[in-house]
Amino acid sequence: MMKRDEMLKAFLRHRKDEIVVPVYTAAQEITHLAPSDLNYTFVGAMGQGSSHALGLALGRPDKRVVVFDGDGSLLMNLGSLVTIANQAPKNYVHCLCENGCYETNGSVPIPRAGQIRFAELAKGAGYRKTYEISELAEWERLLPQILKEEGPLFVDLKVEAGDEAYPENFQRLYSFEYREKFRQALAKS
Amino acid sequence: MSDYPLRAEAIKNQFKRAGIHFVVALPDRVTSHHLLKGLLADPDYHVVQVCKEDEGVSICSGLYAAGHKSVFMMQYTGFLDSINAIRGVGVEGRFPVCMIVGLLGKEPDVAPTQSKKFGVKIIEPILDVMGIEHRLIERDADTEQIAPVIEKTFKNSFPTAILIGREPR
Repeated sequence: MMKRDEMLKAFLRHRKDEIVVPVYTAAQEITHLAPSDLNYTFVGAMGQGSSHALGLALGRPDKRVVVFDGDGSLLMNLGSLVTIANQAPKNYVHCLCENGCYETNGSVPIPRAGQIRFAELAKGAGYRKTYEISELAEWERLLPQILKEEGPLFVDLKVEAGDEAYPENFQRLYSFEYREKFRQALAKS
Repeated sequence: MSDYPLRAEAIKNQFKRAGIHFVVALPDRVTSHHLLKGLLADPDYHVVQVCKEDEGVSICSGLYAAGHKSVFMMQYTGFLDSINAIRGVGVEGRFPVCMIVGLLGKEPDVAPTQSKKFGVKIIEPILDVMGIEHRLIERDADTEQIAPVIEKTFKNSFPTAILIGREPR
């Protein structure tokens, strides 16, 4: 099991110019750890991150799009696995922060916490390749490969909350102004 | 057929006029046969088929953020099912999502609010309370409104709805 913030810090060490679509706690942590106009946090409703990312990936096939989804969120939009696989964007990396609970909503466990094979669901839906990673060293080792191989990829990351509490900045997450900054930055990128 | 009041081609021409390439869709019994199947077969359009309507709201939003205009086709039942995404992403998030909504079961030339179908009757009042501008399309002449509504959606960065009141053929 990885600490989520350590997992994200490892990703950020390898990040170049990817569009990153983090949801909920991952969004709070990434925008705090590595502010960037290419952080897309404007998902608007639970479960929708993977679908926003699909629109971005189809609209900008030249840019890699990395989603940090939640397991509760994905359960709310499981059909998106099929929609994404059907479109098969080569630039799509679907990372799942599997913590087994609705952390933002009181840490209540998800149904069948710890017993769902999310990577198998993605594989069955038609993702090109899937990973299950529970060790930080393995994540760090595989990151260069994951950030360049052909997608759509699905990466089930077994995580738990880190030791540090990060400030919540909902203004940043849902701001229209930041959304416009994102559009401008992406247009230039 | 020549005097049939609404042609699918007239709607498609409006999409073209508005510069639409991406069409996000879930089959709607009103528009599937003549409009959606035509779009799927037309190489000028990239149709993204979704499994649930709320996905469509977000895919259109991601496409917009990446610099593209799109429209989103669904049945009114799907509109009702995706209200929270339309609320959170479209209205509160101010993403321009132009919804093409088939009013399955609406009686010809009857105003949607006067329909005997409960689901059809409540669509316009819901759109009104959400502040979403809407237009009813029942005849070829009505289709002239479609491209301007699409353009307004993106100019205002806010959702709109084009209600299809009878099967286009």
